[in-house]
Amino acid sequence: MTSIREQFGRDDWTRFTPKQKLTRWGILVGCALAIVWALSSIRVVWAWVWGAPEQIGDLFGRMYPPDPTNLATILKVLWDTVNIATFATAFAVLLSLPVAYIAAQNTTPNRATLWLGRLILVTSRSVNTIIWALLFVAIFGPGVVAGIVAIMFRSVGFIGKLLGEAIEEIDKRPVEALEATGASRFKVIVYAIIPQVMPTFWAVAILRWDINLRESTVLGLVGAGGIGIILQGAIDTFNWPEVATILLAIIVLVILGEVVSAFLRRRIL
Amino acid sequence: MSTPRDTWSKPPFIANPVLRWTVYLGVIAYFGWVGLTMPIDWNRVAAGIERAGRIFGGAFPPSFERSGLLIDGFLESLKIAILATAGGVVLSIPIAFMAARNIVPLPVFYLGRAIIIVARSFHPVIVAIVFVKAVGFGPFAGVLTLIIYSIGFVAKMLAERIEEIDFGQVEALRAAGAPYLSTLFYAIFPQIMPRQIGLTIYQLDSNLRASAVVGIVGAGGIGATLANAFGRYDYDFALAITIVIVAVILLSEAVSGIIRKRIQ
Repeated sequence: MTSIREQFGRDDWTRFTPKQKLTRWGILVGCALAIVWALSSIRVVWAWVWGAPEQIGDLFGRMYPPDPTNLATILKVLWDTVNIATFATAFAVLLSLPVAYIAAQNTTPNRATLWLGRLILVTSRSVNTIIWALLFVAIFGPGVVAGIVAIMFRSVGFIGKLLGEAIEEIDKRPVEALEATGASRFKVIVYAIIPQVMPTFWAVAILRWDINLRESTVLGLVGAGGIGIILQGAIDTFNWPEVATILLAIIVLVILGEVVSAFLRRRIL
Repeated sequence: MSTPRDTWSKPPFIANPVLRWTVYLGVIAYFGWVGLTMPIDWNRVAAGIERAGRIFGGAFPPSFERSGLLIDGFLESLKIAILATAGGVVLSIPIAFMAARNIVPLPVFYLGRAIIIVARSFHPVIVAIVFVKAVGFGPFAGVLTLIIYSIGFVAKMLAERIEEIDFGQVEALRAAGAPYLSTLFYAIFPQIMPRQIGLTIYQLDSNLRASAVVGIVGAGGIGATLANAFGRYDYDFALAITIVIVAVILLSEAVSGIIRKRIQ
């Protein structure tokens, strides 16, 4: 039987070798230094920090009880919010189909289209919805159009990327079988590629709709329609009880969205 | 007996024809009706093409003249992301334990889940507005916002990982008479640590992105600089900021991808 000394070069068991320990401590010290650097140089009024719990408590105190007098308007705008999310998701899904097709290595016609597809995906995903919204509010003016286009621009990258990856992972044999029978490119897509990526397609579309519902609740803050507009209005006029109602309405909407998308996922997939 | 056919056709998406047409008509009715009743000012939309031309004309070439402002904004975003990740991860560990069904009693589990659901329900921008009103403009509101944002994600994923742990090790330590803390440190933490580190790196990346957005409502960082540039019609500076944001996000995505690959 080998002794512990022969096996590990020491008499007692330890989890890490000295070198591993050194690396681990090095990383920990590095993290600590980053935190210290951030804490010491950040532009913060520390008096506000110490007063924060009291201020936040005061704010919630003012929000209670929620004021439902404008509930009818809130529900109407909430409906607009749902519509923005749904329309934007629908358009984004349609737009992302060709993008996913050219961004997948096994279906893209040539290298130039592959890079074009990837460029579209990266640009779309790297810019946040709110930043897209700022741009489209400047272009189209405040309103739902800016919101729909902003969410659409953001979603194309997300849906296209996941769908493109699904296309890259398909089983090649159905494609080859159809090509061997002399089927046209269009028929190959419809009968060999689409059926294979269909489950991913629906899963991604439902997931993105759920995300878009959340995103569309804030579009109004930069003027792009939806519940955010009246939220901003209520905050600007210090109408805290109404803010509380709006926030509750948003929670309910988001939870409902999750329930609906969970239901759809179960039914379709 | 069904009649034999000469040609094969694709089976329909939904087998039941009544249900199928109800769904199709319902979808068409929804899009048609909502599309027509949506409050859209088409004149303004039509004017958008011309305005887009003016904006893009004004944005090119991007102006890096005020790069000092740009760098300051970014450093502030980075600091916000670091502090929020540290705070969020530290807070999310106890919350994740509370929300793991296999280690806590049911009432504690519900409390933990409730905290996670509330933290996840609100978009960071909404949380940011509330904090800006409560603690004033600036990066502190951004840090608080992103702490909540981090808890919503990290605690949720970590709780799921804790629910999947191998309970044999916990039982072994308990059988040896180990106290609660020892069980935690020697049986549970080693099992969840790799996931925790991966989540932390992912969250740092995610917080860096989000910190660009919360700034738009006054919570500090590069977003504040961007919103100001937009507000003053400095489209060339706004484009420069956007380009740098995209570059930084791609860079941080690449770096965090490399680190996560090395850990696994």
